[in-house]
Amino acid sequence: MVKISLGPIQYYWKKQQVFDFYNEVSELPVERVYLGETVCSKRRELRLEDWLEIAQQLTTSGKQVCLSTMTLIEAASELSQLKKLCQAEHGFMVEANDYGAVQFCSESQTPFIAGAMLNLYNHRSVEKMLALGAQGWVMPYEITRQSLSALLNGLSPEVADKANTEVFSWGKVPLAYSARCFTARHHELPKDSCQLVCGEYPEGLALESQEQQRFLNINGIQTQSGHSYNLLSEWRDMQALGITWMRISPSLSNTKSIVETLANAIEMNSDIARACADDECNGYWFGRSGLERVA
Amino acid sequence: MELVSPAGSWPAFKKAVDNGADAIYIGFRDETNARHFAGLNFDDKNASKALNYARSKGKRVYLAINTYPQTARWSAWQRAVDMAADLGVNAIIAADIGVLEYASQRHSTLHRHLSVQGSATNLGALTFYAENFGIARAVLPRVLSAKQVAQLASASPVPLEVFGFGSLCIMAEGRCFLSSYVAGASPNTCGACSPASHVSWKNTGDQLEVWLGDMLVDRFEADENAGYPVICKGRFIANDKTYHAIEEPVSLNSMALLPELIDMGVVAIKLEGRQRSPAYIAKVVSIWRQAIDAAKSNQPFVVQPSWTASLATVAEGGQTTLGAYEREWQ
Repeated sequence: MVKISLGPIQYYWKKQQVFDFYNEVSELPVERVYLGETVCSKRRELRLEDWLEIAQQLTTSGKQVCLSTMTLIEAASELSQLKKLCQAEHGFMVEANDYGAVQFCSESQTPFIAGAMLNLYNHRSVEKMLALGAQGWVMPYEITRQSLSALLNGLSPEVADKANTEVFSWGKVPLAYSARCFTARHHELPKDSCQLVCGEYPEGLALESQEQQRFLNINGIQTQSGHSYNLLSEWRDMQALGITWMRISPSLSNTKSIVETLANAIEMNSDIARACADDECNGYWFGRSGLERVA
Repeated sequence: MELVSPAGSWPAFKKAVDNGADAIYIGFRDETNARHFAGLNFDDKNASKALNYARSKGKRVYLAINTYPQTARWSAWQRAVDMAADLGVNAIIAADIGVLEYASQRHSTLHRHLSVQGSATNLGALTFYAENFGIARAVLPRVLSAKQVAQLASASPVPLEVFGFGSLCIMAEGRCFLSSYVAGASPNTCGACSPASHVSWKNTGDQLEVWLGDMLVDRFEADENAGYPVICKGRFIANDKTYHAIEEPVSLNSMALLPELIDMGVVAIKLEGRQRSPAYIAKVVSIWRQAIDAAKSNQPFVVQPSWTASLATVAEGGQTTLGAYEREWQ
């Protein structure tokens, strides 16, 4: 049976907002929750202790918790934070979003999930991660259904049932990471004195083409898709393919309704009425450009 | 300090060797390398000719097999690695961990360089690739400041190569899906960013529009230099402001940092541009040869204004930047 996971919050929310959000999440029908800051190390509304407190609460509510690492790790300070997160003392699984995290997790034998930015495009690389202790893996966003199916069929039988494949199924797709902060650039501020201006955009800053086409969404050093990706209606097919987890990416406004829609469909074994809407996209899955919408 | 030049064709390869490159990197004529453009790159016959020429001049050849294979096409990458070993290239440049593992197990004596597409920006990642695949060198992504490069160079388990000149990726390499989001093909999967097959130009009278797929990337006035529509260098609108939201058309030029990079122990400087002409290769390689020789001499190093001016003529938008090496750029 396919299960629902909730990805890490990609934006810079206030501490209270984050606590309130996870209070609500504890009541939602998701089985796994990814926690932590994955975009920018300057975002320090919550410290590791705060995240661990939320992790504890969610665990008490019956959720499986996984701590997500940063994605672009450059400074020595970021590396030591990473090392700390990857040591198993806190008792939670880790989502490794950089090979540095894979290294530290495998050194300290911390169970980990291989994140989407590790670029696991084929059966061999997935097998390598499983051999190093990965408990599951997240498919790169741009892989098609067909390619994923071939990958899963290509896995050796000994590991195939341990792959625990996860597919990003709803939300703004993280398309790129940079050394430069584009939110600070928009405000004509250098990154080193950014005034944490990304905090003013709890759902990112929309970027349109000069023809007013919705295009991208700026979130600090991360660039996201302008449209929300929506594969909810594919849940039955995903289950048939052997996918274990469908990931929902948090947003301020509609996480609850998205999760409930999907959970309800799975529970009732019914189709999802909410197919991909006009302002959403699903192209990657169907072998098209990511921003396309296949009806 | 080794000067590593690109070559997308035999004439370009010859120019690179003749103008002073120490090593030349090439790719096969398919999607196994990150510059998979029509009419570009080497078949095994041309690769063999290039290798012979390089050897006769005491130069090294690296083969880029640096895209990410998907399962159905895995055998093409495996074949490319086997062919590289048969040809006897000095190293392959790879990013995919499946490819790296295959190469290290099947051809253990074939040197492996970690491609910039492998996104190794920190000591943990470098250690991962070194311990698991025995890489002999890593190419650093263009996202690190000079200070961060220095810190890495002092602790890295493997020698490091950095970018010197050429097109500037604004995003961490290997972690950018902007091209496939708009135009299907990406550097990771197909070795193409903003593929030419998806580009269209529209003259609207007083302006020239450039589109990638169905997305308007920029509009140019008659007096503006109309650039190729890589998404990260287009003009977009945010909060009613129309601007280069990500970056302007500009090329990287880190020449001013050469003495520093040599002191750090960086072993090689990479030039970008396998898709560029033999004339570009000749010009850029000969200038960088002079610069490296000057930086290694006992004289104080000065970037000659004539070098800068000459490089600007082949730079995107006629401009160059130190990029992320300089904190202010970030």
